[in-house]
Amino acid sequence: MKESAILLCDDVTVEFDGFKAVQGMNLKLEKGELRFLIGPNGAGKTTMLDVICGKVRPSMGRVTFHGKVDITKKKEHQIAELGIGRKFQAPSIFPSMTVIENLEIAMRQKRSVFATLFAKMAEEERSRIDGQLAMIGLQQKAEWRAGGLSHGEKQWLEIGMMLLQEPEILLLDEPVAGMTDKETDKTGELLHQIARKRSVVVVEHDMEFVRNFASKVTVMHEGRLLKEGSMDEVQRDDRVAEVYLGKRRDADVSRSTA
Amino acid sequence: MQKFTPQRIWILIGYAATAAALFSAPLFVSDFRLNLLAKFLAFAIVALGLDLIWGYTGILSLGHGIFFGLGAYAMAMYLKLEASGGKPPDFMGWSGLKELPLFWQPFQSFWFAVAMGIAIPALLALILGYVTFRNRIRGVYFTILTQALVIITTTLLIGQQAFTGGTNGLTGYSTVLGFSIGSPETKRVLYYITVVALIGIFVFCRYIIGSRFGKVLRAIRDGENRVRFIGYNPAIYQMVVFTISAAIAGIAGMLFVLHVGIISPSMLGIVPSIEMVLWVAIGGRGTLVGAALGAILMNWAKSEFSTAYPQGWLFFMGLLFVVVVVFMPKGVAGLVSQIKFRKKRREPKHEGVRNPAV
Repeated sequence: MKESAILLCDDVTVEFDGFKAVQGMNLKLEKGELRFLIGPNGAGKTTMLDVICGKVRPSMGRVTFHGKVDITKKKEHQIAELGIGRKFQAPSIFPSMTVIENLEIAMRQKRSVFATLFAKMAEEERSRIDGQLAMIGLQQKAEWRAGGLSHGEKQWLEIGMMLLQEPEILLLDEPVAGMTDKETDKTGELLHQIARKRSVVVVEHDMEFVRNFASKVTVMHEGRLLKEGSMDEVQRDDRVAEVYLGKRRDADVSRSTA
Repeated sequence: MQKFTPQRIWILIGYAATAAALFSAPLFVSDFRLNLLAKFLAFAIVALGLDLIWGYTGILSLGHGIFFGLGAYAMAMYLKLEASGGKPPDFMGWSGLKELPLFWQPFQSFWFAVAMGIAIPALLALILGYVTFRNRIRGVYFTILTQALVIITTTLLIGQQAFTGGTNGLTGYSTVLGFSIGSPETKRVLYYITVVALIGIFVFCRYIIGSRFGKVLRAIRDGENRVRFIGYNPAIYQMVVFTISAAIAGIAGMLFVLHVGIISPSMLGIVPSIEMVLWVAIGGRGTLVGAALGAILMNWAKSEFSTAYPQGWLFFMGLLFVVVVVFMPKGVAGLVSQIKFRKKRREPKHEGVRNPAV
């Protein structure tokens, strides 16, 4: 079954000045899978995403993409080009550029200096961008400066940018943090659509949000894998209840800092 | 396809009028003033290049005096050799140098000098860019390194008197390609060449900014890391644009020497390098017109104030800075949009240009 794994994290350990944020973590992601990564603050969830997208290099372990490429040796932009997209927790769009320009440069294309110098907006590219604008619901604001969008709209724009990048794996870090209920619902819909075509890893704190998806959940605690299974299985697990749900109150208080 | 909206038509008319004014200036202006204007236009070219990296990419270089100066020295070496008829120039004799140094010899060719005036600054910028951007040195740290480059280069120029003319620099030219460099006719032709160069470089910069390459540059200004996670390698983009900017400064330097007739280390040191950035800031960074306008206005003001008030002109310059910084945070070019905002205040204000370099 190993062939079907699109991403395989094997015994990954990350150290920050002697502090082990992640200790021997294993993660296997199948093609087309939607996986939630949960755990109390400081469990190493975001660090795992950082490892996968190349922001942080592990001190030990391997991360293989499609069973052959070891991405711990690659640079961020090379990993992005391989087909792994990352959305950070805080919306990181380009504020001084218009919505459409944001999408234009994010779109899958040749990314060399030479190619971009002479790139012309093709008809097909145009319609791809228009389609994406419709999906994230920002047609009316296509010519707005992205910095002038609301928090939720920025998040959607960023999701739209990621989708135009056409990655095989999407890494989302708390996509609904700081959103209103309505915005959260809309993001959930968006996520359902996305998950149909791609493999997605979502770090999330919002249990209600996670429960909306019938998918596999991985619980991390203190840098280690604690439990893997469906949401129900995970909630019934005693150890999870102890380390995670038991501390739920704390986690809720400082939800946005994870 | 771009549509011809009224606004766009006005902008095009503005460009046409400016070009017409620049080309017809020799008819209305005295030779002395024309020469001054030519010098300002050369400065405007540097400002365009600086705006590319500072205004659009967010890299603040306080070392553009060096790129400008290297272009100027390349041209000056040719002029000096033409004046001395290929023999070692006067200052070499004073330092006891009898033979023309090997690296001076090819500069007897005008076109070699022109090529070097572009290639040497570009190459230096590429090397500096390679070691800094690739290692993710940016912001203030990069700016400090450009200042270090200025100090190293000026020290070298002053120290190697036998080869560079030392503090005095290179001056005392006679002809360029056989034409007397001081004659009004030659000056006029040089002026036209400068206007053509300015317009050409302006169009070139416009193209760059309008291209997808330019959009990536602006994206780097807004968030370098995000650009990386989209899949671009920002270091390459920064290197390329820094190199282009340095080459443009080199072209400006060559034109400057032809108009002014001297280049010395004091014209490319720390103070001129900072002044160049001020032109862009005053004119309005992030707009090409603003940068060019800033260079012309500032230098014009400097020359007017210094002739009218030889004692106190620096105070006037200082006052000008304060007024612009306080009342026009986006420079002279930002004034237009500022007035627009006053008119329709109800429109939601968008975030201004964030600039990580400052």
